[in-house]
Amino acid sequence: MAEDLRQTALYSWHRNHGARMGPFAGWDMPLQYETGAIAEHRAVREQAGIFDISHMGQVEVSGPDAVSFLDYTLTNDILGLPEGLSTYCLMCRPDGGVLDDVFVYRLPDRFYVVVNAGNIDKDEAWLRAVAAGEAAPVDSAGGSPGGGRSAGGFDVRITNKSWDTSMFALQGPQALEVFERAAGHGAADIERFAIREDRIAGADCLVSRTGYTGEDGVEIYMDNGAAAGVWEALRDAGSFLPDGLLPIGLAARDSLRFEPGFALYGHELDEDTTPIEARLKWACELERPFAGRDALLAQIESGVSKKLATIRMIDRAMLREGYEVRSPEGTSIGRVVTGMYSPTLEWYYGNVFVTPAYAKTGAELDIVVRGRTRRAEVVKRPLYRPAYRS
Amino acid sequence: MNFDDSVKYQKSHEWARKDGDLVVVGISDYAQDSLGDVVFVELPEVGATLKQGESFGVVESVKSASDLFMPVGGEIAEVNDSLSDTPETVNESPFGDGWMIKIKPTDVSEYDSLMSAADYEEYTKTLEEE
Repeated sequence: MAEDLRQTALYSWHRNHGARMGPFAGWDMPLQYETGAIAEHRAVREQAGIFDISHMGQVEVSGPDAVSFLDYTLTNDILGLPEGLSTYCLMCRPDGGVLDDVFVYRLPDRFYVVVNAGNIDKDEAWLRAVAAGEAAPVDSAGGSPGGGRSAGGFDVRITNKSWDTSMFALQGPQALEVFERAAGHGAADIERFAIREDRIAGADCLVSRTGYTGEDGVEIYMDNGAAAGVWEALRDAGSFLPDGLLPIGLAARDSLRFEPGFALYGHELDEDTTPIEARLKWACELERPFAGRDALLAQIESGVSKKLATIRMIDRAMLREGYEVRSPEGTSIGRVVTGMYSPTLEWYYGNVFVTPAYAKTGAELDIVVRGRTRRAEVVKRPLYRPAYRS
Repeated sequence: MNFDDSVKYQKSHEWARKDGDLVVVGISDYAQDSLGDVVFVELPEVGATLKQGESFGVVESVKSASDLFMPVGGEIAEVNDSLSDTPETVNESPFGDGWMIKIKPTDVSEYDSLMSAADYEEYTKTLEEE
């Protein structure tokens, strides 16, 4: 199995630094290092940590119709996205099912779309099909998209950079200080959600003030050949931290994204789930036409049949994906999509999709854990309020 | 990695130690290291009677859940209730404070059939090679 998995440029580094590796979305990735996932989680909440997330995909879109193409393909407003900034979006099928959740960065000459590792091939194929007018034809959106559009499709150039690009996340209350030491300049001019070209350890890279942890920090993108040098430069720059700049594996990445309520594709999102059901209406600019908009408007009008809720266990039990959710009366009402021990709250939580009547704060639910029911309650989201430096 | 030679082991990674008339059971240092941070331990009711090889509980780490199996059959005489509040004790002290249950064995000869520390260590090496 292992020989079929992709490796990041830092694969040997991880192996030589005590990483426990495991398969994730077709990649052999560090799940945790010797200190363990909970200590890694706390390091990011309290100091800073660095993640090799080179499994993530990057697709560049340029050309005359790039703006109108992405504005039509994605749920959020791209026409109004200023140069040098980014926005979170869903990419939907015409029926509203979520193909992926992505971050779109607007650079002077192109858009940089960061996609999930497991969706790279699917997303590239979808973008090319929409551009060619072969999928989600514009008529299906109930109106023509803003900006110019060439007949039969969009005049865009789509370049999948995923296999040549490495990506790191530097996150935590002291992440910006580590970055400033490594880059040799301040981070104050990189506002929240901004992206810019930069140089670290002599290598060209893109730096964005974004992340997936609920902490401040940056994400850094570079060619695979530069990855090891940039990684070492960041680790050196973080040597002032009490424990140094700890590498963080995917296990802690999962608990860090769960607490502030960020979705993980394949869990809170998939093609059978709409942004409305997943509580991501805020990432949909519904005043303009885009692929899937009509379906989402219709669903808002008619109501959803399932809705995402975050639950806290009342009984002591660890939740796992796939566990059945029942009403207190014993009716099956949904499934667990994420089960998590929260290191910050030191208790057992989860995300579930349930019938909407039970998705309200305070509602009590039963979870079937190894044949026995365990009581839980729906709690207010998020469990952890993100902390960003202004 | 500690392969405590004052206890015996079985392939599902539980250890067992004679303590008077009882047999104390926990999971090995190898097992806790493989699991990673333990966040939940579920143990049986005192008084339950289980056969050798039957599941007596579950240990869950951040990423996985593993059944716990009786190294010897018998009655559950005592359980380590403190693990429900501090499951991390299993990581910190697998052969000491991280013990899980004490069994009043039905057939003491089952204890003798368990693996020595040396045999168990050899066995874990075969797992690494897979």
